[in-house]
Amino acid sequence: MTLADHRPLDSALDRIEGHDKVTGAARYAYEYAHDRACYACMVQATIAKGEVRSIDATAALALSGVLAVLSYENAERLHAVDDAELALFQSRRIAYRGHVVAAVVAETDETARQAARLVHIEYAAQPHDVELSVDHPGLYAPTVVNPDFETDTEQGDVDAAFPAADVVVDRTYETAAVHNSPMEPHATLAVWDTGAVTLYDSTQGVTRVQETVAAAFGLDRGDVRVVAPHVGGGFGSKGWVRQPAILAVMAARLVGRPVKVAVTRQQMFALTGYRTPTIQRVRLGATAEGRLAAIAHDVVEQSSTVREFAEQTAVATRMMYSAQHRRTTHRLARLDVPTAFWMRAPGKCPGMYALESAMDELAVELGVDPIELRIRNEPAADPETGLPFSSRSLVACLTEGAARFGWSRRDPTPGIRRDGHWLVGTGVAASSHPANRRPSQASARIEPDGSYVIRLAAADIGTGARTALTQIAAETLEVRPGAVRVEIGDSAFPPAPGAGGSLGNSSWGSAVAAACRKLRERPDTSGEVRVDTTHDVETDERLARYAFGAQFAEVRVDEGTGEVRVSRLLGVFAAGRIINAKTARSQLIGGMTMGLGMALLEESVLDPHFGDYVNHDFASYHIPVNADVEEIEAIWIEEDDPLVNPIGAKGVGEIGVVGTAAAIANAVYHATGMRIRDLPIRPDKLLGGQAARGRTP
Amino acid sequence: MIVPAVLEPVHAELSLRVNGVARSFIVDTRMSLLDALRERLRLTGTKKGCDHGQCGACTVLVDGRRANSCLALAVALQDAEIVTVEGLAEDGELHELQRSFIEHDAFQCGYCTPGQLCSAVGMLREVGSGWPSAVTHDLDGERIALGADEIRERMSGNLCRCGAYVNIVRAIRETTR
Repeated sequence: MTLADHRPLDSALDRIEGHDKVTGAARYAYEYAHDRACYACMVQATIAKGEVRSIDATAALALSGVLAVLSYENAERLHAVDDAELALFQSRRIAYRGHVVAAVVAETDETARQAARLVHIEYAAQPHDVELSVDHPGLYAPTVVNPDFETDTEQGDVDAAFPAADVVVDRTYETAAVHNSPMEPHATLAVWDTGAVTLYDSTQGVTRVQETVAAAFGLDRGDVRVVAPHVGGGFGSKGWVRQPAILAVMAARLVGRPVKVAVTRQQMFALTGYRTPTIQRVRLGATAEGRLAAIAHDVVEQSSTVREFAEQTAVATRMMYSAQHRRTTHRLARLDVPTAFWMRAPGKCPGMYALESAMDELAVELGVDPIELRIRNEPAADPETGLPFSSRSLVACLTEGAARFGWSRRDPTPGIRRDGHWLVGTGVAASSHPANRRPSQASARIEPDGSYVIRLAAADIGTGARTALTQIAAETLEVRPGAVRVEIGDSAFPPAPGAGGSLGNSSWGSAVAAACRKLRERPDTSGEVRVDTTHDVETDERLARYAFGAQFAEVRVDEGTGEVRVSRLLGVFAAGRIINAKTARSQLIGGMTMGLGMALLEESVLDPHFGDYVNHDFASYHIPVNADVEEIEAIWIEEDDPLVNPIGAKGVGEIGVVGTAAAIANAVYHATGMRIRDLPIRPDKLLGGQAARGRTP
Repeated sequence: MIVPAVLEPVHAELSLRVNGVARSFIVDTRMSLLDALRERLRLTGTKKGCDHGQCGACTVLVDGRRANSCLALAVALQDAEIVTVEGLAEDGELHELQRSFIEHDAFQCGYCTPGQLCSAVGMLREVGSGWPSAVTHDLDGERIALGADEIRERMSGNLCRCGAYVNIVRAIRETTR
């Protein structure tokens, strides 16, 4: 039985914590008060590679109000955990510019920051290697790509298939490094109390922080509690434990008082992860009728020397389209740069930009409509595994979107539509995202007043998880949502996976529904029931589970300045059951807005001399602002998929960002006749393109 | 090594009216209004997103006008009238912008929301006073027509990484109809 068998949800329920968020009552990590709390400020390395030779904290310690200066010289020894970034002050080694080498703890934030500047550090610098290229000598094939996909795959004989194809598109696309940049900087308040520590932490996963902090400090899990009911965005960057959590715990133990740490916006660009830049060669070989015979997708990307993080960039190419011959590869360079890490739709987002740009180029070569080209290559089953799809509604998304967007009126000829000094064009791209689930626990109980309390260590980082889980519980219990209180964001609750991978409704929702069913099935409903979906997840039928979508963009390009405006964006998605129409739409348009940033604005610029990202603030790293966004709409196809998971929902947190950049880039080509193959599409690239082609569009 | 001359903190007494309540306290003269609100008065509704006046999360009303509280030194605001997100509701009744933000789901994580709300209150006053923006076409008109373009332009000092802009514009427009 699936939830879909029950009566429909009140599908546009307002966000449960909406009142708290508009009144300022919602409390984020740094905002938990403690009378004796003091402040820590991190000191970052000013070289990109080498060692700390010496640290002189004399001047810092002489300042009144300074309580301690931590560094490798005096920090407690930690146990190694699965992320070497967390080995704070455990060695002299500096692996990138901005590496944390010391920290000051003081009575006030002002004094901590002043003192941080007084810590004198001598370095033994070595030459650094920070520039990614397709012929970097250090490129290698990692064992797996994130998190556990095969690095390379090969089906058929790609090398023989390309020469035999009627039409071949062979292009290289590049994407810039981009930073997650949630509005709330990563922060932790750590409070020790007789051998146990409580962290108020800005995290996407309290259970993981609890496990990792316990392991690093040699504590029992029960002696670490992590609290995070509200989190100011994450987009992957808060999916793991971060340095502030380790520093706060360490410093609080050292000074014997609670310690608060917040990463500054500037520090975030070195410390809290980013999406690797990518260089992607995509080759498509097709028959004259537009049937793909061969697909090859070869990816070059980077990570730091601290940690191997290999973005799964070509993974979506393994399942999107039918083709007899297929090869995907990933090669990684370990550079003296900050650690690239999870960012919204890892792999799928940059990989689908390249694949969907190449599909558009193939459509142009063939003289076939790009929507028709995709329909002709729709596979009957997952091309990589042969597994049936639990459901796959890409074609419906494309055709529904085409009708709503007015695609049939489109003349494919590029560079011919003019509105004053604006060149106008439209583009389309497909999107997809895996729809799996992870094991989760949850508890449910009935209160004396007849209301219900559901608990699990889930997170609401702005996704609307608290609201969706409330609806799932209310529906399963057959009560109104107001009779249910869902409590999340506390490691004291039943363990749950973190927010990420568009897995919230499927993983947490399945556990919440199971707990509510178990409560209902008991003859005596007093007391608390608890469920664990581990066995269910392990025995899930093997299927290809994916959400699909189609993105449509209309752009206007100023022929004089090269400025690109996105006048319309439409996303049509098929993501199983939509639990809450209001919050789901917000997730989708939010993802599309981030995709607009990736297409046109966002670019972390590496300075080869100093070896770090120089535009490390919002004045110079441009995320979309209100004036960058005009019309964005997201709708969905009704998709009844009882096989995908017990909830029937595929998740919508990431698919919105997938495909958007390709749709915009394809529209820019349609508007101008210029194909910009490296993101972001800055005005100078369009103007440079004109100069190179000796034309004025 | 030579130990540089160390400047010890300087403190000053400060009186403000915050959300209609007189507050007097001692501040480090380097303390921003934002940190004074959050760390001293424990009014944590006002958010720190960048501390450099680049994101707008810290927007409050200072003597009725919107301002980035991270860029204002608290000590320079003696006797100022400050309104934060905590002061927008009156007698437990939400401000119409707060209600509209909930109705239109004009936020996700909520971290930029207090700044968006205070900024919107200040922005609507600016429009009511006839202040033009970069996209105002008719500079001689009786009153400024507050279309979506005007709202987008005037609200662009408040970043939202969750990407709620289209909902923010709708929520604000709704209150002006």
